[in-house]
Amino acid sequence: MYKYDEYDQQMVDTRVAEFRDQVRRRIAGDLTEDQFKPLRLQNGLYLQLHAYMLRVAVPYGTLNSTQMTLLGDIADKYDRGYGHFTTRQNIQYNWIKLEDTPDILAELATVEMHAIQTSGNCIRNISSDQFAGAAEDEILDPRPYAELLRQWSSFHPEFLVLPRKFKIAVIASETDRAAMRLHDIGIKMVKNDAGEIGAQFYAGGGMGRTPMIAPLIREFVPIHQLITYAEACLRVYNRYGRRDNKYKARIKILVHELGRDEYVRQVEEEFAHLLTQPIEPPLAELERIKAHFVDPAFDAAASDELDLTDPDFRLWVERNTTPHKQPGYIIATVSLKPVGGIPGDATADQIRLMAKLAKDHSFDELRVTHAQNIVFPHVRKSDLYTVWKALDEAGLGTANLDTVGDIIACPGLDYCSLANARSIPVAQKISERFGSARKQAEIGELKLKISGCINACGHHHAGHIGILGVDKKGLENYQLLFGGSEGADTSLARIIGPGFTEDGVVDAIEKATQVYLANKQGEERFLDTYRRIGMEPFKEAIYG
Amino acid sequence: MVDVQFRFRSDDAVNDPAVTVDSIGEQSNATAVRIEPGDDARELLPYLDRLALVEVNFPSWTDGRGYSSARILREAGYTGELRAVGDVVIDMLRHLQRCGFDAFAPEKALNEADAKAAFERWENVYQATAIDGRQAIWAKRHPAA
Amino acid sequence: MKILTGNDLKTGAVIWWTGVGWSLNVNDSTDVGEHGAAIIAREEGAQNVFAAYVVDGVKTDEGVRPSHIKERIRALGPTVRPDLTLKPSDPEAVNWVI
Repeated sequence: MYKYDEYDQQMVDTRVAEFRDQVRRRIAGDLTEDQFKPLRLQNGLYLQLHAYMLRVAVPYGTLNSTQMTLLGDIADKYDRGYGHFTTRQNIQYNWIKLEDTPDILAELATVEMHAIQTSGNCIRNISSDQFAGAAEDEILDPRPYAELLRQWSSFHPEFLVLPRKFKIAVIASETDRAAMRLHDIGIKMVKNDAGEIGAQFYAGGGMGRTPMIAPLIREFVPIHQLITYAEACLRVYNRYGRRDNKYKARIKILVHELGRDEYVRQVEEEFAHLLTQPIEPPLAELERIKAHFVDPAFDAAASDELDLTDPDFRLWVERNTTPHKQPGYIIATVSLKPVGGIPGDATADQIRLMAKLAKDHSFDELRVTHAQNIVFPHVRKSDLYTVWKALDEAGLGTANLDTVGDIIACPGLDYCSLANARSIPVAQKISERFGSARKQAEIGELKLKISGCINACGHHHAGHIGILGVDKKGLENYQLLFGGSEGADTSLARIIGPGFTEDGVVDAIEKATQVYLANKQGEERFLDTYRRIGMEPFKEAIYG
Repeated sequence: MVDVQFRFRSDDAVNDPAVTVDSIGEQSNATAVRIEPGDDARELLPYLDRLALVEVNFPSWTDGRGYSSARILREAGYTGELRAVGDVVIDMLRHLQRCGFDAFAPEKALNEADAKAAFERWENVYQATAIDGRQAIWAKRHPAA
Repeated sequence: MKILTGNDLKTGAVIWWTGVGWSLNVNDSTDVGEHGAAIIAREEGAQNVFAAYVVDGVKTDEGVRPSHIKERIRALGPTVRPDLTLKPSDPEAVNWVI
């Protein structure tokens, strides 16, 4: 894992001091709320429906047990005993006091964490593959490149007040586990025919009210030009992204309105110019960062056997684990989606327990996934039963990864001041309706995603089944969408028809799963069957 | 006319009236120009030799186009005064400076002590902007590179 | 009735205008009539509140009920965490929202 040097530490400490000063000026009345708001947002501090909310960055989703333990402690000390893991691999606290915030940031800085650029119209936390460094199918570990980009994007003087927020994801495997093409910039690290490492760039993806899949803008950016090319992409966006309408200000609109080819032409022109400027870090810097991401000391003699005699354990292993590149080890995902629970929430005790288990059994490493779950990336197979037992006792042993119970949901109207409808109660009802492990196993992989408004923080466009909450004359109403997907086969979901009440939408989903089971061929997932037979049979069953 | 509150240059102040980017071609004696957010700073490149002052206007500090305008001019070799005018706020002073601004004329005068702290705040920086003369952290980490 | 809500600057807590000050309880709200904007300007200026705005509400036997669900959730707390609402011991409280 990356470890700060004196410079990194100084940058974070300086930011804490700066924010402390900004809070002082705000409380003293030197800054109005209008003046303060963009500043606090760049430090991840929102005003939500009930209170201030603080979003803490987990860069590329990787953290160690010391960091995770502190996240639990902060939940106890400054919040109400829990935190919420988000779809961008961050954690949010819902009940923060402004006057405490500088102290919280100072505590975070002691474990190399921060809330820098977790909101605002700037380059946000760089997200990545939650299985980086452990996945069997990876070309290389994407995190050193994400870290290089993290440093470049932190306090970049030219790009702190962009037209709108800017999200970057970096992956380096065939399977896209980070919804890479639904980001403002998606980067896939690749090797060319000569075996050289480079970056494939996609630009102009995103969800929100105008969902778009990012087109490829460059096949191969040589690794020694990565930062320069990213800078060219951002400069064109900063200069020409729309600023007249907040809802048309994301880069996807620029790429769409200019056309992909014209955007590429402008970027290439800027890139050619910037290559004449000495702005690219030397490869030695990348090598320095890479040295932090070497494999942990795996035991080559570790047994590859798993004792699956306990049927509940067996179910969890089948559902929640992924093969590891190292024989004798396995990747385990902890579902933060217990039946009837709040997706992505974890109590302080649960957070600390996961930290301890990672310390004892996963080489001190954890990951946060964009599906709001937690990963132990490197568990020795012989330890897995012990790990699962401990998780299960703490309510963290739910075996439902990627099933209808593993719902992504935004905080919705229960917490969010932008929402039009609640998301969490819908998620709870669905997970209860499909609560039995047998039912979930029968339906198999079904990615269900709920957003409480068109900003789409719950990724409803990318759900095999998506739910969008709307306000219909003061009442909560839910639209249903089918056919979305992230990853290699990225597609955008389509609305199937008129909306439903909260209970109505749960019934409709049950009917949809029945249509799927009746029409399923072979090993088809819900999505595959839907793509083959189309929307009509589903509409008929739901509205007929 | 709004006063220049902070200036980091040793030459004499320039107070020629600034013309618009559109008119700089025909105003062949003009030595000062003002860039609005929607202007293309590259249109000034043929005239850099005769310019002694470029004002970049920030009607709102949250419109960041002026940061790119400034860097583009400096990258092209402009050495005259580059002045940020309009809604210039304390918390962005250091970042403006890093993009090449060396004079600041905020619409409303800023608190001197807070501004001084802001100018001095960031001892180290992650990026090389190639124009503010500061070494990036990566360059300090690899002095030989 | 027109009622006024906003947040406490230092804590962020949701507060309601009582006519003389600010309360955590929506039932203490007073009808501000046409004076909302003036009260907001004065109270924000004095830093007694920020992000304040006027909402519609109805006076009922049980108290003041904001007209829109968003403000009712704002008044009560998250419906999915009754333990963190203003009425943690009232199992019926959540129904007031809907």
